[in-house]
Amino acid sequence: MMKREKMRIVSTRVIAKETIEMVLENKWISTHASPGQFLHIQIGSHTLRRPISIADCNHVTNEITILFKITGDGTRHLGEYQVGNYLDVLGPIGNGFPTNITAQSTVLLVGGGIGVPPLYFLGKFLKENGINIKAVLGFQGEDHVFYEPNFRELGETIIVTNDGSYGEKGYVTDVLENNLAFDYYYSCGPTPMLRSLISVLKGKKGYISLEERMGCGVGACLACILPAKNERGYKKICSDGPVFNVEEVTI
Amino acid sequence: MTNLAIELPGLSLKNPVMPASGCFGFGREYATFYNLNKLGAVIMKAATMQERLGNPTPRVAETASGMLNAIGLQNPGVTKIIETEVPFLSQFNTNIIANIAGSSLEEYVEVARAFNETDQVHALELNISCPNVKEGGLQFGTDPLMAARVTEAVKKSTNLPVYVKLSPNVSDIVQIAKAVEAAGADGLSMINTLTGMQIHLPSRRPLIANKTGGLSGPAIKPIAIRMIYEVSSQVNIPIIGMGGIQRAEDVLEFLLAGASAVAIGTANFQNPFICADIIDDLPRVLKQYGFNSVREAIGKGIVA
Ligand SMILES: Cc1cc2nc3c(=O)[nH]c(=O)nc-3n(C[C@H](O)[C@H](O)[C@H](O)COP(=O)(O)OP(=O)(O)OC[C@H]3O[C@@H](n4cnc5c(N)ncnc54)[C@H](O)[C@@H]3O)c2cc1C
Ligand SMILES: Cc1cc2nc3c(=O)[nH]c(=O)nc-3n(C[C@H](O)[C@H](O)[C@H](O)COP(=O)(O)O)c2cc1C
Repeated sequence: MMKREKMRIVSTRVIAKETIEMVLENKWISTHASPGQFLHIQIGSHTLRRPISIADCNHVTNEITILFKITGDGTRHLGEYQVGNYLDVLGPIGNGFPTNITAQSTVLLVGGGIGVPPLYFLGKFLKENGINIKAVLGFQGEDHVFYEPNFRELGETIIVTNDGSYGEKGYVTDVLENNLAFDYYYSCGPTPMLRSLISVLKGKKGYISLEERMGCGVGACLACILPAKNERGYKKICSDGPVFNVEEVTI
Repeated sequence: MTNLAIELPGLSLKNPVMPASGCFGFGREYATFYNLNKLGAVIMKAATMQERLGNPTPRVAETASGMLNAIGLQNPGVTKIIETEVPFLSQFNTNIIANIAGSSLEEYVEVARAFNETDQVHALELNISCPNVKEGGLQFGTDPLMAARVTEAVKKSTNLPVYVKLSPNVSDIVQIAKAVEAAGADGLSMINTLTGMQIHLPSRRPLIANKTGGLSGPAIKPIAIRMIYEVSSQVNIPIIGMGGIQRAEDVLEFLLAGASAVAIGTANFQNPFICADIIDDLPRVLKQYGFNSVREAIGKGIVA
């Protein structure tokens, strides 16, 4: 269940090229957040809120971490907010990654760029519940890499950069061949990456988190829909997703 | 006590505020934020005869002080709406207005008939102004003869009062307003969105998959005010005003221009409580500007 809440900015810092990590405090949201859900954030007087994934959650300090990339006016403006400022947020929103899987299973996390953040909250949660974690994270280049040590704490982690400036060179799908020993894969990243991942991992059980331009963020306006193989013929990314079983949607 | 109540054909409104069509679904999502009993009325998402899946995505884009949308009248079809959505809204102590759309005159008539069979819908809003579908919609709203024909046909097929929703994408809105009034419209609803476009620099292509979309939000408010001002002095039927309303002061501005009630669309996306908040704040604003009731303020901005 989501609410409209005020979140206090506890810290904000640049952690990679054009990438900001922000820690926000709010008890209701930290208590109810689950991996894969997002916040719909009001920035200044922008007509539309901006959807940003929950990257980490601390039940003791009531803190939520978000990571975002400066890609336009809204995220640039968000990056200018200071510690102590409050954000007007709807959240936590959406159906996240399924986390009720058998202990001892192995989960492969595949993240691309700014799709990496929700996988951190997920990986941490799964690990605490006895799941083995492997991660393959793709970034444009060395300057863009973030959270590598955090993921290494969760399990074996491979970093891939498109230009080869750090880790392996290429795309996340290039290193999957030797890493097929897992029970489920969970992924978030650009749609072309998700598409090639689904085809390379055909037959494997997987869940993906999708993005689309959103209006209300609560399921009312039908802006962020996705053709689906259900009776209605579509799903709403904001309220049915943003995480979907790869079998149920066509991207 | 400031009196917010207002009587319109078929509608006994406890206050003049209602969510606009397409910006509130069928109320389910917003009912998790507040009790819809609060609202003067709810205008439902457009209904067509058959289910419609709408346009490809992206369907929305942000603009300076507004947004573009090209949802494409996605809805489950009038039968499903009557079976599952109308009963949901009927639990609330508010009026239900059904927004009807079609790609032919026959379709408008069929949809209007279907709603006439239920006793839970209080009025129809005839959407002859949707810019986001290929055939129908806007073609009825930009030609006074077509607008009058569809109004007349729908009026004949229903006992419900009919509010015709006008398009601002015309050079002479007064002419269209007069044509639908003469054809029997019980009221007007204005304005729908203005056709616009945004080009995405990285791809060098229109950002909205449908290429064009309807502009809404504060950017269109001055146009809505001007059109309502022009129309209200030329017709004798009430107007439900909309376009960029964000606060109670805006509601008063619409009333002064000649609207008798208002609908709030895009602002729900920023603040899901906006309709409730505005209803709470309206008495203060009316009072501040010297009015004891909504009724008193209607048309008071019109200069002879
Ligand atoms: C469920 C979900 C989770 C997301 N999580 C993150 C995250 O954790 N970190 C992060 O950096 N980004 C995330 N994004 C993408 C993020 O929402 C966009 O980068 C951001 O909205 C861009 O806003 P802007 O004003 O800077 O860019 P502009 O391009 O100026 O934005 C214009 C409009 O387009 C929308 N828009 C632009 N790009 C996207 C996009 N990729 N997805 C959805 N809407 C977009 C904006 O919301 C805004 O309405 C997520 C998107 C979704 C749908
Ligand atoms: C996402 C969206 C969907 C809409 N869908 C409909 C619709 O189905 N039928 C209709 O008559 N108007 C529709 N409209 C238009 C609104 O009802 C309203 O006339 C317009 O947006 C102006 O008001 P606003 O600026 O408060 O949003 C839609 C508007 C938006 C933004």
